[in-house]
Amino acid sequence: MAAATPATELASCFTTLDNLLAAEEGPRVLSCIQCGTCVGACPYGDVMQYPPRRIIAMLRAGMIEQVFRSESLLTCVACYACMAKCPRDIRLTEILLPLVKERTLLELPELPAELQRALQNMLRYGNPMGESARKRAAWVKTAGVPIRILGESPGPVDVLWFVECYSSYYARGQDNARATARLFQALGTDFAILGNEEKCAGECGRLTWEPGLYETLMDSNMAVFRKYDFQRVVTSCPHAHNAFSTRYPAAGFNWPLDIAAGYFFRNLDKLRPRLTKKLGYKVAYHDPCCLRRQDEFFEAPRGLLRALPGVKLVEMAHNRMNSLCCGGGGGGMWLDTYYKVKGYERLSERRVKEAIATGADVLAVSCPYEVSRFEDALKVLGHDKQMIVRDVVELVAEAMEV
Amino acid sequence: MSGTIWVLAEHWRGQLSPVTYELLALGREVADALGVPLEAVLLGHGASGLAATLGCADSVLYGDHPALAEPMAQPYAEALAALALENRPAAVLIPLTNVSMGVGPLLAARLGCAGVNFAKDLTVRDGRIEAQCLLYGGKIQACVASAGGTVIEGVWPGARQADQGRSDRVPPVREVQLSLAEPRVRLKQYVDPEAGDVNLAEQEVLVAVGRGIQSQDNLELAENLAAALGGAVCGSRPVIDQGWLPLVRQVGKSGVTVKPKLYIAAGISGAPEHVEGMRDADVIVAINSDPSAPIFEVADYGIVGDALDVLPALAEAVEARKG
Amino acid sequence: MNILVLLKMVPDVVEELEIAPDGKSLASDALRMILSESDDHALEQALLLKERHGGVITVVAADGPEVDDALYTAAAKGADRVVKITGLEAGWGTRGLAHAFARVISTLPGLAPFDLILTGTQAIDDLDALVAPSVAYELDLPYVPIVSRVQVDPAAREADVFKEYPGGVRGEFAAPLPAMLGIQSAEKPPRYVPVAKVRAAMKTVKIEPAALATAADGGGPLVYVLAMAKPQASGRAEMLEGAPEEVAAKLCETLASRGLLAGRAA
Repeated sequence: MAAATPATELASCFTTLDNLLAAEEGPRVLSCIQCGTCVGACPYGDVMQYPPRRIIAMLRAGMIEQVFRSESLLTCVACYACMAKCPRDIRLTEILLPLVKERTLLELPELPAELQRALQNMLRYGNPMGESARKRAAWVKTAGVPIRILGESPGPVDVLWFVECYSSYYARGQDNARATARLFQALGTDFAILGNEEKCAGECGRLTWEPGLYETLMDSNMAVFRKYDFQRVVTSCPHAHNAFSTRYPAAGFNWPLDIAAGYFFRNLDKLRPRLTKKLGYKVAYHDPCCLRRQDEFFEAPRGLLRALPGVKLVEMAHNRMNSLCCGGGGGGMWLDTYYKVKGYERLSERRVKEAIATGADVLAVSCPYEVSRFEDALKVLGHDKQMIVRDVVELVAEAMEV
Repeated sequence: MSGTIWVLAEHWRGQLSPVTYELLALGREVADALGVPLEAVLLGHGASGLAATLGCADSVLYGDHPALAEPMAQPYAEALAALALENRPAAVLIPLTNVSMGVGPLLAARLGCAGVNFAKDLTVRDGRIEAQCLLYGGKIQACVASAGGTVIEGVWPGARQADQGRSDRVPPVREVQLSLAEPRVRLKQYVDPEAGDVNLAEQEVLVAVGRGIQSQDNLELAENLAAALGGAVCGSRPVIDQGWLPLVRQVGKSGVTVKPKLYIAAGISGAPEHVEGMRDADVIVAINSDPSAPIFEVADYGIVGDALDVLPALAEAVEARKG
Repeated sequence: MNILVLLKMVPDVVEELEIAPDGKSLASDALRMILSESDDHALEQALLLKERHGGVITVVAADGPEVDDALYTAAAKGADRVVKITGLEAGWGTRGLAHAFARVISTLPGLAPFDLILTGTQAIDDLDALVAPSVAYELDLPYVPIVSRVQVDPAAREADVFKEYPGGVRGEFAAPLPAMLGIQSAEKPPRYVPVAKVRAAMKTVKIEPAALATAADGGGPLVYVLAMAKPQASGRAEMLEGAPEEVAAKLCETLASRGLLAGRAA
């Protein structure tokens, strides 16, 4: 799969379905050989009415309207499986599919209620939960380590830690936030957060239907970034990482960017002496899809896990490039009821079964969506006594002496 | 101004509503504190028989007219306004129920006098009536008074116990002739809800869900708990509006009033419209992630937490006890 | 069909509500305003009626914080005209607002003759009046509250509506047009409108101002807030703390000791 090139690709931000074929991506889309690898790779390929191959065929035939008048795009979880495998390097997940989703949103007579609420909440409150923006940094009081909030102490700082919504508002996400803060402290990192000024990066908005929402969030976050003086951005959320690396550069985002696990892996030598607690876990690691299935993100979390005393790393049948999505992307986080009504298997349950099959007792993740999705799936499947879900960062913090 | 305290005696489908007695109990206190009479105002058509149980009031004022056969906002307000202009009461207490909705504001508009809404209690201080009102879904309490003149007080059910307003004394009734305009709104029929498999009023245990349940999927969690406890699932308005539960499962203002032994309210904020339907349950357990949710005001036991976590944990604990 | 929809912004209770230093109003710094929920339903019901019968929807709201957003959103959803009333005195409450609505409806060109006025049946800040009955009184319109279904027969000039009663009972009423309906819930939940459409509306739609001439008659408040407070924790609830499993166990113990757990082993 091709890597995204910042400058030229990002002109594609402003492509619409109408001018797609004339835009830079156009020839690539038209070069589709209809091989169907995308359908085969897609976790919902068997139930999706218009998988990427058919979308392109319909586009070529001038029948694209049928696609965005259907509910087909509701089954796309924006997992990059198709784009990773496409032999023509078509930017399916990053350009074509979002454009069709946009039109689908406009044409759908009724949006599934949960998804609608999530989108409205993101616009109004800067998070899909519908919690007050003023409570976004409330978790900081429970962190156990001092955390600097730039709005309160604005001076220069090295790392801007973009915490994101689930780590700020959800109990299990806050566990991750606290663990991350502890590791920053152990490394002596000079870091700060935006606190209540932070809003959802909007990646759910881009891959999930709503460019207008996305732009609103991006404008807000960029305005806040520009107020402060920092050297790099580290984020706990792969969705935010995706937004910052693929779309935000067009709005001026030019800071070096890291995912939390990546940052800690690069600083592993400093952490290693403190990782003394023997964990005794057999761990299966789930690669997050929206890090775009790029090689650079496969090894860092695994490197961290291998460094933990008493941890044995095992691989699920689908791993790395072939990872199986948890189903949370592309709006899937808020479409579980919809999928249930349609009788589709929940991807999180499919994935958990794979995890159980490895005999692991811990499913390690790097994305805040996954914690709740996999914990729910374990309960539903009755495996919650056999296996726990932990973010890689939580495990590292657990192995760290107090 | 005569200074009498009036209570609108609400009745519907041949029965006086329990809230009528609650307001009589409240009105009695206010009238006694002011040293003025308490009068029940009964409006209807051929409904004079209902006056007999209103003896907590000193007297009953009965207005009969075909236009008043069914409780409807505009004819009722017109009748009350005519009577009020004649008799000049100090205050008129009107229940905040679906049956009497709109009567108070219309009456206040007609009389050009003060109207107070959302009162959960009335007290008298320095010869003036003060209302304790619940605003913003019950999150804020305001103490409210009027500048003077007649005041129309809209009062939530539950301000007093109905029994306090019942009496064996048969009050004197004075019937008044009314001349009313032909109502423009016409009742065609009442539509009863489809009988469900469950009669909420008969359940000893109810597990109630609100917005905090987040999606229809999660109803299962409530159903599991209800099954473990030998009860049934019901819901507050938002859950019914979404279509996750049928109308017969709605508890509150537009739904049913229940008095089970145990009521578990999960993800319900506790706005007055819901609370009025369940406040008399023996034991109320509230689960809400917002520590300032008004539901904790009426609960016996409170858990600040995510209903989606607590419900399954509770179901498990209950099942485990059963051994 | 010519439909008017009256909108009002109310405090958003998702935010923590704080009392202002004067002790009788809400602190404004933490306050955010949101469209009253049943007004949103009223707008949705109007849009559904327009889809069925054609016609024009005019949305009217009073000036105030965050109201423009609600008006542009209404336009993006399909309202044809959006009117903003200016000159309303702060602190006038719902009684004053209703009076303002009635004045503007009577005097602004093109609003009358209308077939229906829809507005939410009640809002969370309606301390001293309700918009629907108060406007109905001033404009001498037939009025039905707590409406959850609206069907219109334009030829017969009649609306057939359901009003909600206790116990899930509905009353079916016929109201001659023009009429005022206090909407509890629309037949469908309020629709979603993409942010892009609202942003487009902000560029293309003109909000018409309707200045309210200060009138000595009517509107001024007749009720006063003496004090405002968050409800005192009645102290009645015993709060159970801990992780879900812990509180579940504690609660079970308590319920068992009160004889409330069915079917436990002897």
